[in-house]
Amino acid sequence: MSKAGRAFLLWLLAMLAGAAIVWNSRFTADMSFFLPSHPSAEQQVLVDQLKEGVVSRLLMVAIAGGDETQRAALSRELRGRLGKMPEFVSVQNGESDSQAADRDFLFRHRYLLSPAVTPERFTVDGLEKSISDSVDRLASPLGMVLKPLLPRDPTGEMLELLRGLNAGAQPDSKAGVWASHDGERAMLLIQTAALGSDTDGQENAIKLIRSQFAETAQGQGIANASLQLSGPGLFAVNSRATIKGEVSRLSTISTLAIVAVLFFVYRSLRLLGLGLLPVVSGALAGVVAVSLAYGTVFGITVGFGAALIGEAVDYSIYYFVQSGRNGLTDWKQRFWPTIRLGVLTSAAGFGALLFSGFPGLAQLGLYSLAGVATAALVTRFVLPQLGQANGQTRDLTPFGRRALHGMQTLRHLRWPVLALALAATATLFAEREHLWNPELAALSPVSPADQAVDMALRADIGAPDARYLVVIDAADRESALRQAEATGLRLDALVASGQLGGYDSPSRFLPSQASQDARRASLPTAEQLRPRLQAALVDSPLAAGKLDGFLSDVEQARSAGNIERASLNGTSLALAVDSLLLPHGSGWSVLLPLRAGEQAIDPSAIRSALAGNDALFIDMKAEFDKLYNDYLHEAMLLSLAGLGAIVVLLAATLRSPRRLGAVLLPLVLAVLLVIAGLHLLGERLHLMHLIGMLLIVAVGSNYALFFDRASDEHRLDPETLASMLLANLTTAIGFGTLALSQVPVLHAVGVTVGPGAILALLLAAIFAPRASAA
Amino acid sequence: MIKCLASGLLLAALALPACAAFDVGQLMDDLARHKGGKARFVEKKYISLLDKPVISTGELTYTAPAFLEKRTLTPKVETLRLEKDLLSIEREKQKISINLASQPEALAFIDSIRGTLTGNRAALEKNYLLSLAGNPEKWVLTLLPSDQKISALVLRITVSGSKNQIRSIEYLQADGDRAVMSIEPLEAR
Repeated sequence: MSKAGRAFLLWLLAMLAGAAIVWNSRFTADMSFFLPSHPSAEQQVLVDQLKEGVVSRLLMVAIAGGDETQRAALSRELRGRLGKMPEFVSVQNGESDSQAADRDFLFRHRYLLSPAVTPERFTVDGLEKSISDSVDRLASPLGMVLKPLLPRDPTGEMLELLRGLNAGAQPDSKAGVWASHDGERAMLLIQTAALGSDTDGQENAIKLIRSQFAETAQGQGIANASLQLSGPGLFAVNSRATIKGEVSRLSTISTLAIVAVLFFVYRSLRLLGLGLLPVVSGALAGVVAVSLAYGTVFGITVGFGAALIGEAVDYSIYYFVQSGRNGLTDWKQRFWPTIRLGVLTSAAGFGALLFSGFPGLAQLGLYSLAGVATAALVTRFVLPQLGQANGQTRDLTPFGRRALHGMQTLRHLRWPVLALALAATATLFAEREHLWNPELAALSPVSPADQAVDMALRADIGAPDARYLVVIDAADRESALRQAEATGLRLDALVASGQLGGYDSPSRFLPSQASQDARRASLPTAEQLRPRLQAALVDSPLAAGKLDGFLSDVEQARSAGNIERASLNGTSLALAVDSLLLPHGSGWSVLLPLRAGEQAIDPSAIRSALAGNDALFIDMKAEFDKLYNDYLHEAMLLSLAGLGAIVVLLAATLRSPRRLGAVLLPLVLAVLLVIAGLHLLGERLHLMHLIGMLLIVAVGSNYALFFDRASDEHRLDPETLASMLLANLTTAIGFGTLALSQVPVLHAVGVTVGPGAILALLLAAIFAPRASAA
Repeated sequence: MIKCLASGLLLAALALPACAAFDVGQLMDDLARHKGGKARFVEKKYISLLDKPVISTGELTYTAPAFLEKRTLTPKVETLRLEKDLLSIEREKQKISINLASQPEALAFIDSIRGTLTGNRAALEKNYLLSLAGNPEKWVLTLLPSDQKISALVLRITVSGSKNQIRSIEYLQADGDRAVMSIEPLEAR
């Protein structure tokens, strides 16, 4: 077999192996792109909530169109249909039967649930006090609601239970079902069986809701009925669709544009195919590396491929254009070392990202690093075996000459450019407070329209924002509930002092077995209770003889078994408990969401109230902000480290401070001008712009190095310059395509590196040492 | 108030025939002219379960057209406030807010008071059949629920008063219990 054949066969085998790995790779487009790979305890709660928490499985649904009764009928039928399906754990729409089930549960188990049940409450004094309170309460406007309960619940345990619940958070109701505040839409709250992180499951659930709704609306003949849906599941599904669409759209745009450019130059399908070989190899190698290292590949990472295509194709351009006239050996000697250094600087830039705790960034780094390295290696070791341009390519010499001539003119711009850079620096310095977008949401692929719908539905359904949480970890469910009760006592003190509006706790509906046992033990026997009741009611307008229901209910509570999790089935309280009491790997977690009262929640007051307890207080918004700040801080360090690595690499190779300065100056200026330009265009900078700056240096150094080499040789060939312009064009196309993306992560890199690459070349030409013109 | 009365008199003088036949429309016009004030109330609830009526006392404040506050002082301090359709009840540091727009039955109930206070005949007639007896000096307005959902709660509401001042409201509930609230104006604006 010929040498060329062997090389090609080896390459083909590697590609097939790679394709097999890619075929078996898991691709994902969920939030985990943004979630920390080494979370703190607080961040772990955040991660768990986003991936598996009940909140991540909730979908909010609004039905519009028709009139009030039609919407209510749609809501009822939809609930009936979806409620039977295994894909949904619960479907709530405020229908009274579900509320009745909750009320019945609470009333039936009131003596085991009420925290007011103690031995003292059933003494003569305790009974006298609680019953006279209940009689007083009949005078209240709520008396009408309480009166029917009085004969069976004279001590008012039901009211004790309802006391802690947030009555104000119930959605409005129209025609017997939940409605939006304006009354124009019927609302439902649906919990999927699929986890929030299971995007396929979420997609399937959403499809089912839509199709069942369409059938329902058709069946009821309401033509203008429409359905609006939101929730974390929809965000995940939409983001995935967006990213999927973008991956193919951006790669197609980038590939077509680059193929057109290459075909114009190469004028040969064979050369075009060979030219794309390193690109395809690089893209494949990138995915393989990520898949092997991380197990799953983020969609956004693959979307970055559009840029990689533009960058990786450079090497084959250099090879074909530069070796075309002078031959392979000359290319290997004269050009390869420069290209190799360029590859190394690019690798240093991308490689810095590998150390990021932001998983998305680390993946992008590995993907690009593997891609660029593979493309360069294939160009150097596979392409020369397979063929050379042999003068087939379009003669770029006249073009190169014109460019050389243009370069002479550009040199006059040195001082204006320096002045411009000074102005840019001044602008950036003056505006330094307003450059950065401080929110992690800036990176979120969720569209602003989807976010607006979500906000509206959330407000209408009264879904809690769950910003403040107390989290408790315990070995088993019972101790988790006991700790929840102990922590609840501390929080009760804050509620009493008005520092806290209230809080939710799973132990409200599922008390620990210990508490249930203690409450049951507080209940007297009928023989004990009857005379006490007589004594307590001597001066009361309520005759003891009317309270037989009370006596029998207490007796029944004494003999009934404890409340288990299964006892809650069929009520919406089951969902409440499941969302707050979660099994995880080795134990159980309890979440206690806090509600603000009249005054805003003061985190330090909560923390000091919880001091000495294992409970962890978490401000979700602060955690998100901190997470983003950590990412940003880390990205700055990594960028500086990457920059440092590039500088060291260049210094070690160039061995001359003057040459190093000449290579770096245009890069620094390019970064300055791009950032100032983006700011003036109204772009709020975030973490990915910062990474973009690093990539300008990493990618742009290639051009500056060619000029440096040319000045070293005291000549710059027109072909070399032409190959640089061509490579620059493809790089700019590759990164520039990303600027079209709606995914902020990709867009930011695109708008930064696209113009940055062009500027890096222009500035390198402007500031190239004069000797090169010789 | 004097000015109000004077204009009322003037109106009466101009329209003697209408005045002769005192009707719901005229009462409503009178009531609508009442712009608010403060009153003391005593409410007695006769409940079959209890051997004695439950008595509560307190103050009422009304500012036309949408603000009504019932402040109970005995036996327990409690404040009920109605602003437009938002009903809030405060008792022992507990505050409950209810948006009446979502509670049609409660709204109908509240409208019996509010409609009378503001002289809003349309609001009253939406849920009740009205019948009036007496004369402007001493009138009795009876409200009979026209909707079954409401009559399941309240059988009859009897409002009596003098001129544009309500002096008592009696609710007869479906289960036979009843509540009587007598109202003593403190000052009038």
